[in-house]
Amino acid sequence: MRIVKLPKKNLAEFIRHLSSFGEVHAPINKDERSFVFAPVTDPSEIELNYTRTILPLKKYFFKPVDIMFNFCADKGYEALAEEEHKKYVIFGVHPCDIHGLKILDLVFSGRYVDSYYFNRRSCAYIIGLDCIPDDLCFCRSTGTDFVDSGFDLFLSDIDDSYLVRVGTSSGDDMVNAADSLFQEVEKADREAYKRKSSQRRESFQTEVQLQDLPEIMDLEYQSQLWQEMGEKCLSCGTCSMVCPTCYCYAVFDELNLDSSSGQRKRRWDSCLFKDYALVAGGYNFRGQRSSRVKNRYFHKQRGFVSQYGRPSCVGCGRCKAYCPAGIDIVEVVAKLRSQTRA
Amino acid sequence: MLKHQNSPKTQNPYLPHPARIIRTLPQIPEHQLFQIRFEDQELVKSFTYQPGQFVMLSVIGTGEAPFSISSSPTRPGIIELCVRRIGRVTDALFDLPPNSLVGIRGPYGNGFPIEQLEGNDLLLVAGGLGVAPLRSLLWYALDNRSKFKNVILMYGAKNPDDMLFKYELLNLIDRADVKCLLTVDRDKSGIWKAYIGVVTKLFEHVDINPAQTYSAICGPEIMFKFVLEKLLQRNFPKDRILMSLERNMQCGVGKCGHCMIGYKYTCLDGPIFNYWDAINLPEMI
Repeated sequence: MRIVKLPKKNLAEFIRHLSSFGEVHAPINKDERSFVFAPVTDPSEIELNYTRTILPLKKYFFKPVDIMFNFCADKGYEALAEEEHKKYVIFGVHPCDIHGLKILDLVFSGRYVDSYYFNRRSCAYIIGLDCIPDDLCFCRSTGTDFVDSGFDLFLSDIDDSYLVRVGTSSGDDMVNAADSLFQEVEKADREAYKRKSSQRRESFQTEVQLQDLPEIMDLEYQSQLWQEMGEKCLSCGTCSMVCPTCYCYAVFDELNLDSSSGQRKRRWDSCLFKDYALVAGGYNFRGQRSSRVKNRYFHKQRGFVSQYGRPSCVGCGRCKAYCPAGIDIVEVVAKLRSQTRA
Repeated sequence: MLKHQNSPKTQNPYLPHPARIIRTLPQIPEHQLFQIRFEDQELVKSFTYQPGQFVMLSVIGTGEAPFSISSSPTRPGIIELCVRRIGRVTDALFDLPPNSLVGIRGPYGNGFPIEQLEGNDLLLVAGGLGVAPLRSLLWYALDNRSKFKNVILMYGAKNPDDMLFKYELLNLIDRADVKCLLTVDRDKSGIWKAYIGVVTKLFEHVDINPAQTYSAICGPEIMFKFVLEKLLQRNFPKDRILMSLERNMQCGVGKCGHCMIGYKYTCLDGPIFNYWDAINLPEMI
């Protein structure tokens, strides 16, 4: 992998260069404690030391509400006119969120390719940025604290400069287009990177043992814990909305006022919503809140492993940060484990 | 930037194909058989499926829902869906005028494992609307009669007026190459000539060799339970008991999440599961 060095004083200039590749989006302050990915016109708006944005990157590719088709009574459903997708450069993406995108790529590809997702996904450049974990981060436990693919460029802080890994040929083009801003990597930089990297590794405050969780989930399927969680959970679905790997959606037809034409749409859904497993006739396969909470954990940590060979949690900490009932995944896993040991 | 290998030109898997409801056959109260033909002649010719698979049917402006195919792929040209009027989409479907335009996409799901079934006896056990997917397998087997050994159908309804495909199935009773056992829970009219009693009572009238039989069950939950009991008493191998399951499905292609059971998607890995899957997957039955 090509690795170059970008002195921090050149970062603003480099970001200005990036606008020739697409509209630059980056984390900015929404208020004192929250951050969002948003378009930036001035590099000084970017919050380089952000912890996590409220919504992950899925909002760009898998829209909260998306139009799928137009329909009318005499022609049926028709694909939308081919639109020229805008190009984005998304700057400042943390490793957990890059892993989140790689998981969504898996889900939306396969035998049936979701073109809504991939049409947008293939129009975005991803520039990663390393981070210092806070008390909610447990990406080291989920194996998502580092990335070796899924980015065009990845910037790692080495004091006065960034070490820049070039992940794709587009990334290489970006570096070449601003050639004068970059420098060769020297031995001292490599040493600095290694030092920084181990410092970062040691700064994790939260750890959770996940490797044998699929078996433990099976063992604790009848656990009282799920009942307790069902009592606590409000079924609000916030955890699903902020999760970088939650991809469930609901489909609905929306009629125009002429009542003969309209649009088929889809919107983000949550397995915690009461009607999630409801079928026509009124039978609800998960009418109990406890069974819905259990299903969410089961799918992330057990089901996804069976389907795709890895859990779908990337340890970003958003579900805990935004749960109004204070449900903490790390605590839930710890409880499941100690019940197993007892 | 992600280069998906075939992203720009891939056909949209969610796009329903225009189709017409060319005939509606009332069955019993609140149930109809819809005969549907694609508008595109090429698709009429090329569309094929396995018994046990389903399609997503769109009623334009109302929405989309999954339906088991009741016809057999051995009789191409139209597809038949046996539908109960039970929700928003089926309400709108029943109210459509003749020859209405609808949307169809599919077929989806695994269907019955036909190649595995060939060379074996078939025991089909249905209750109520559960006959819908099994009828596809029944006609497939009868149209490929030499590929299967004994074919037995057990079908139970509440009373004679509640029996779906009644005349079609009554016509099979005197057919020599299939054993068709029809039963009703009760018969006030007194004219019912076939069996009376629950469907499990029919086991008294058949000789089954579990080692060379595949059983396919579809019906209400309570029927599942009692039929399973009968089969397990006869030492039926768990992976020779097949069942078709219902779930909320909104995409049909393993993305929207709603039909997830444990770690399987009903729409991709099912809707046909064997009994071993069922006890292995929490919440399945």
